[in-house]
Amino acid sequence: MFGQANVLAQGEAVFPPSVEDFYLPSILPWGAENSYWFTKITAMVWLAVGVLIIFFLASYRNPQLVPTKKQWFAESIYGFVRNNIAVDMIGHAGVRFAPYFTTLFCFILLTNFFAIVPFLQISPNSHIAFPAFLAVISYVMFIWVGIRHHGAGKFFKNSLIPPAPWYILPLLIPIEFFSTFLVRPFSLAVRLFANMFAGHMLLLVFTLGGFAMLNITPWLAPVSVLSWAMTVALTFLEFLVIVLQAYVFTVLTASYVQGALAEEH
Amino acid sequence: MFFLAAEGGESAHNPIIPIWQEIVVGGIAFILLCVVLMKFVFPRMEQTFQARVDAIEGGIKRAEAAQAEANQLLEQYRAQLAEARTDAARIRDDARADAEGIRQDILAKAREESDRIIAAGKEQLAAERATIVRELRTEVGTLAVDLASKIVGESLADEARRKGTVDRFLSGLESAGAR
Repeated sequence: MFGQANVLAQGEAVFPPSVEDFYLPSILPWGAENSYWFTKITAMVWLAVGVLIIFFLASYRNPQLVPTKKQWFAESIYGFVRNNIAVDMIGHAGVRFAPYFTTLFCFILLTNFFAIVPFLQISPNSHIAFPAFLAVISYVMFIWVGIRHHGAGKFFKNSLIPPAPWYILPLLIPIEFFSTFLVRPFSLAVRLFANMFAGHMLLLVFTLGGFAMLNITPWLAPVSVLSWAMTVALTFLEFLVIVLQAYVFTVLTASYVQGALAEEH
Repeated sequence: MFFLAAEGGESAHNPIIPIWQEIVVGGIAFILLCVVLMKFVFPRMEQTFQARVDAIEGGIKRAEAAQAEANQLLEQYRAQLAEARTDAARIRDDARADAEGIRQDILAKAREESDRIIAAGKEQLAAERATIVRELRTEVGTLAVDLASKIVGESLADEARRKGTVDRFLSGLESAGAR
């Protein structure tokens, strides 16, 4: 970001940053706009997938009963999601969902983390396509799990008809339908997307803002320094958001699956 | 970024509308990740966890078995020790009884021996006494006869009267001596 910002500081600074700052030119073909097959964003997605695959395969190539440090680290990631999310939320039946939840958690965590990695410095999740795809998987998954567990009729009855007096049902059923089947995928996708989008925007504002003020008059330099200090502080906040959002996305998916498996509403 | 600036920063993108190319790329990448991790990594982790649980539980079971065996051996040793103690006590008692018996035997034999020795001594004494008495009797008779013949001046050796007189005299001496 500072690389770009330095260029910007030489008189090309665009302030305030806009939505267009999230849509970088294509890498292949070089510099093309509105070509999305191979951009910095998709490259980072592939990078995340590659890093995760290599890390897990390498650390679990030859598993030992008494783990090595690397194996222990890989196991604790899986153990964390398995025990603290899958089993905690769903119970013993959650173990079979733990592999997917762990994959989901790791993917979101790493792609989020790119937001504060020097030179990457933007999360693919600030483009709604990726959170949306993950949310659709979660959506399809909980409905499918519910239908397979209860049968379609009982599942939709459980989901839509809360245990309430009959005269309130005409009001409750549409609400339940709206919250369970319409809002869930959107809230999942938008929560992750908006957090990463806003985090990147915040960092842009404070970084570019410093340069913008410096460009107006050198007298504002102290304020620029303050602005950059805020960038550093916000990077720490961003780290918190990165971990929290990865956790929240996984926990909510687990919670939807748990709701679909539950016997009663 | 720069071209966007050149365009005047007018928003051509709506951030809430997903780009379909990104959905395709992200979908393929994520599904690839899922397939690899869920097929090759996490099931093996579950296996390892299970193996670890088995190893620990097996270890506990082995330890319990060893403990049980040790307890059993201890009981066995205790029983053997108690048995050995009673044996030892019994052997001691037997030995004591034997010793007592042997002592009694020896005492009895010793008593018998002493009785026998005493009896033999008495017998011998009596025999000697009888011999001495017999010898004395003949000697005293001879002496008396010799003395009397010297005194009287005549030999009375062939006369039965004289013999009777001497015997009577000696019997009188004997009874006086025994008294």
